[in-house]
This record gives sequence, C-alpha cells and structure tokens, in this order.
Amino acid sequence: MSYQFDWSVLFSGQSGSWLLQGLITTLQISALAWLLALVLGIFAGSFRTLPIGPLRWAASCYVEFFRNVPLLVWMFFWYFGVPPLLPQAVQDWLFDHGAEFWAGMFALGVYHGARFSEVIRAGIQSIPSTQFEAAVSTGLTIAQTYRLIIIPIALRLIIPPATNESLNLLKNSSVALTIGVAELTFQTRQIETYTARAIEALTAGTLIYLLLCLCIAALVSRLERRFAIPGMIVQMRAE
Amino acid sequence: MDFQVILNNFGFLFFQGFLGFGDFAGGTLRLAIPAIVLAFPLGIIIGLGRLARTRWISFLATIYVEFFRGVPLVMVIFWFWFIIPNLLGVSLPEYGVALTAFVVFEAAYLGEIVRAGIQSVARGQVEAAAATGLSHTNTMRHIVLPQALRNMIPALVTQFIVLLKDTSLASIIGYIDLTKAAQIVNNREIRPFELYLFIAVVYWLCSYGMSRYAGSLERRLSAG
Repeated sequence: MSYQFDWSVLFSGQSGSWLLQGLITTLQISALAWLLALVLGIFAGSFRTLPIGPLRWAASCYVEFFRNVPLLVWMFFWYFGVPPLLPQAVQDWLFDHGAEFWAGMFALGVYHGARFSEVIRAGIQSIPSTQFEAAVSTGLTIAQTYRLIIIPIALRLIIPPATNESLNLLKNSSVALTIGVAELTFQTRQIETYTARAIEALTAGTLIYLLLCLCIAALVSRLERRFAIPGMIVQMRAE
Repeated sequence: MDFQVILNNFGFLFFQGFLGFGDFAGGTLRLAIPAIVLAFPLGIIIGLGRLARTRWISFLATIYVEFFRGVPLVMVIFWFWFIIPNLLGVSLPEYGVALTAFVVFEAAYLGEIVRAGIQSVARGQVEAAAATGLSHTNTMRHIVLPQALRNMIPALVTQFIVLLKDTSLASIIGYIDLTKAAQIVNNREIRPFELYLFIAVVYWLCSYGMSRYAGSLERRLSAG
C-alpha cells in the first residue's frame, strides 16, 4: 500500500462548503423529482387498475416505456435531445435558469414516476375489491371513489416499498452529475480534482449518502407505525 | 429530424457500442454478461452468509449488502476507478474497473435474491433431509440450493435487466458502451435527439423483451 492518507483536505479550503452545497442540491433535485414522481405514479398507477381501456393503455405505455430505458439515457435525452427542438425563446430562458437542473429533475421524476406507479398499482390491487364496490354503491363516482377511498388507503399500505423506491430515487439523483448538475457526487469529484485526494473525498461523499439513507429509513419507519392500517400491512408484505 | 445519422453510424453503435466487437474494449453486452456470471457465485456466498448460523459471518454479509444498497452505483464506480490505482498500485483499463465495480455491486443485490430463494424452500424439505441423515452442508448442496435456484430464475432475469440498464453508467469513466458510443457519434454529428432516442429504443427492446420473458417464466414456474 503506497497511499498516504490526508484527511485534513476535507476540513480545509472549500471542501466543506462544496459538500454542503452538493448535499443541498441533491436534496433539492430529489425532493422536486420525488413530488413529480409521486403525482405521475398516483395517476399512472390508478389508471392501470381502472376498467377504462384507453386510460389503462396510455398508462401502461408510459410505465413500460420509461422504466425500461436507463436513467442516464433519459438524462441525455431530456438535456441534449429535447431543448434544440424547442422555440429559441424557451431555449434561452431554460439555459439562463439552470437547464441542467430542470432537465435532470424532469428525467429523474418521469423515470421514477413509472416505477412508483407499479408500487401504487400493487397497493391498489391489494385492497379488497369489496371496498371499491361498497364505495360505488353509496353513490360515489369512480373518480370520487379513487380520490376519497382507494388512493388514501393504498398510500398508507405502500409505505415500506415506496420508501425503498424513494431511496432509489435519492441514490439515482447522482446520475445527474453526467449532465453537470452540481449535486453531491459532482462536488465529491470536484474535491478530488482540486486536492488529488480521491479516497478521502469519496469516503466523505459515501458517508453522507449512507447517513442520508439511514436517517430517511428511520424517519419513515416511525411514520409507518403511525399510518399503518391494522390487519392490512401484513397482508401486503406476505405477497 | 434526420434519422439517416443512425443508419450511417449503425455499425459503430451496434457492433462496437452494444455488442463490443470493434477496435475498442467496449460493449454493453460484453460488460453485462460477464458481470452477472461472475457476480452470481459471489451472490450465492453472500446469500448463504446472511443465513449462516455463525454470528460474525452473517454480520459481515449483512454489512456488505446494506453498504452497497445504501450507496449510489455512480459512487461505487468512482471508488473502483480511483481505489485500484491508488491503493493497489496497478492501473486497470476501463473494462477491468467497470467489471469489478459491477460484480461487487451486483453481488449485494444477488445476495438478497439468493437469500429470498433459500427462504422460499419449504421448511419440511430441510427437516426431511435432516431426517434422512444428511449433514447441514449436504442438505444445502443437494436439497435446498437446487430448489432455491429454480425459484430464483425470474428474479435473476429481472436483476439482469437492471444490470443491463445500469451498465450505461460505465460510460462515465469512458468505457465505450452503447451510451458512450452514442455520445461519441453525437460529438461529430450533433444529432442528440435522434441518437439518444435510438439508443433508448435499443435498451427498451432488450429490457422489455426480457421482462416479458421473466413474467412468462414466473407463471410457468408457479404453475409447475
């Protein structure tokens, strides 16, 4: 072993502020993409369980197309491929307002929306169909049944697999470094470039990711206990 | 839009980028197939390790799995990209770095699949094997693992799909896979929409085709 460790690089110069900025960007892009993914996932997941042919077909197309292509390819597609097709004014506006962040956020959100929808669909399908029938028989429309009965129950049932998927989203936000989003992995590379201390920089980045995942997992498991529906969570896990 | 660019560069994109035949050490399949083949034995060891009765073995296996599942793959690739030359003092080409990173990373996920597969074998099988006088090792080797492997096949196909898509990340260290090949062509032709849409379709065909296959396998296995 010929490598001389020098951990002080992490505590000197700009390393600390770079890591902090990276962490903030990672959290921002992940949070926005998560919201987008959740909305897309709820719609696509619900549509796939509806007895309405065209909606089911459209949702299936969305899900199957987006989740079967690597996220990196989507990042390149949304960042390099799509903007040149937009009107010049829109392009100028985008590149003035951090296009890489928005393209990355969009790619991440749309890709994970397709994956979320599968989790939500499984949640909806695990609800006994009598719930749906009872709701409709009280005079609710299908839209009301989904909004007021089915989706609220489904969201409470899917907390464990949805947490897993949310952590995947957080980890996948690192792919955005390929289009120049200055998130945590990008900043880790930046420290490496400036100090030539690869292992120290990567250790710092890795530890932040691990801690972030552990904290979120711990937080959610508390939420899960609060929102669990007695008698139904077990059923879902047994599948 | 001009899709002629795809036809003009089809040889480079497909043979060099996707398959890995050409002047450069590259190729999506040339990385994905050896990676899963090499990661699988390691995955079996980790899966067995997690179920081991010896406390420290199961502890180490758990740490391994939890660590690699908590870290982004991009980070793992950078780790191997810097750690191999720095700590071991040897320089590996991109292919070696990418292959090592994928084997180590995938083994954590395969370990979980192996563990689930072993746990899916009915308890009665183990008891019956013990009753006939087989040792613990022999029970694992002749009774549990063969059945577990059969149950795992659909999950393994699904994991291979994930791996195939993940190999696109090897392009960040300069490995010439399908994604990098498209980038190289794009630098010359400046046709990003057409090129990235084309490789999206190639990935989609492989991935969707295999996921349909995994689905039909699953139905056949659960029926049989």
